Amino acid sequence: MNEKEIIARRVALELKRGDLVNLGIGLPTMVANYLPSDAGISFQSENGIIGMSALPDPGLAGADLTDAGGSPIGALPGACAFDSALSFALIRGGHLDVTVLGGLQVDEEGQLANWMVPGKMVPGMGGAMDLVSGAKRVIVAMTHTAKGAPKIIKKCTLPLTSVRRVDLVVTEMAVIQPTEEGLVLLETAPGVTVDQVIAASEAKLLIPKVPGVMGIAA
Amino acid sequence: MSKVSSVAAAVEQIPYGAVLMIGGFMGAGTPPLLIDELVRQGKKNLTVIANDTARPGVGIGKLIDAGLVKKVIASHIGTNPQTQKLMIACELEVDLVPQGTLAERVRAGGSGLGGVLTPTGVGTTAGEGKKTVELNGTTYLVEEAIKADIALISARSADYSGNLRYSLTSRNFNPLMALAAELVIAEPNEIVPIGCIEPDAVVTPHVLVDVIVAKGAEK
Repeated sequence: MNEKEIIARRVALELKRGDLVNLGIGLPTMVANYLPSDAGISFQSENGIIGMSALPDPGLAGADLTDAGGSPIGALPGACAFDSALSFALIRGGHLDVTVLGGLQVDEEGQLANWMVPGKMVPGMGGAMDLVSGAKRVIVAMTHTAKGAPKIIKKCTLPLTSVRRVDLVVTEMAVIQPTEEGLVLLETAPGVTVDQVIAASEAKLLIPKVPGVMGIAA
Repeated sequence: MSKVSSVAAAVEQIPYGAVLMIGGFMGAGTPPLLIDELVRQGKKNLTVIANDTARPGVGIGKLIDAGLVKKVIASHIGTNPQTQKLMIACELEVDLVPQGTLAERVRAGGSGLGGVLTPTGVGTTAGEGKKTVELNGTTYLVEEAIKADIALISARSADYSGNLRYSLTSRNFNPLMALAAELVIAEPNEIVPIGCIEPDAVVTPHVLVDVIVAKGAEK
């Protein structure tokens, strides 16, 4: 199991029946692969649909049914389509239960930077700022380090996506919950020690007496 | 007077340097014939307000490839390396706006509102230089309404009066932009007789649409 799969399988356990969920492009999209088809979760794509599904068959791609990355998708019975203002009303207005996004940095205050690296990568924030500001629950799904450099750090050096504190960070090494007191190490991945997580993080982690072992969806 | 026009005649009405709103999200819901005709007629110095610039060779990416755009107001340009290259070379001005804020600024522009208050972007670079307002304990950014000279709209169907209906995720910014421009040019996949789109299915009312382009229409 590669590190992205470990992360996606762990995030899948966070989603509950009845949730309206937005998955970011890339790693977060993989989360849907690890949910049973009867999980009762609705997926929103911010370009204007609830009820998106994987493309049922390559031959069925349609130009008018795409995800937020422009790739063709399918739609489940009961799906609904709407314009961008309504889509973001759902996101900002307290109707979106969970957003799962990738991350470049998360800091001790639980703030996220995930949309630009000045001078190197300026893609634009797309919907990320609205999603992080507005979703009821924000889960960051990212690798613990980038080329060996910690991504969980004392203070974000990259431009913030939002000043809002995210709710959970899931990496291939650990599950971390940002709180008012700081970053709490909730779980470590099977075979990963607390010391290894501490060594791979720049931020101070609050260590409970017995951190749990990270669950992984079947 | 008929609203139906050829694609060429519709694009001839667009002046050089026009401020355009163009519907679409990564090319889905961007009017393909109007884009190709803008390139063919070489309409330069355009300001484009749109969600993104798609990819090179796709949708609005074709306008970028042809060097017709001087300014882009968008939420995302990451999928188009050419847009990023021109921006870094200072040959293209890019104003990045959070997607939900862009949608609401367009909607406000077409709805007679001066702007909107949103919590999105507070405390980030998106909020730099903007006024804030405190209401009931929450800080909001004041985001100004935005309008355009011309909106280029893609729709699934138009009737001959200009009522529009859309298809799935190609709806996106189109209905909002149809409100917010002086001249609205719609490119439907099909034009149907009046009455064929039932009133409840009309998303953009005909009064907003000035020109309907049809493949092969007389000038």
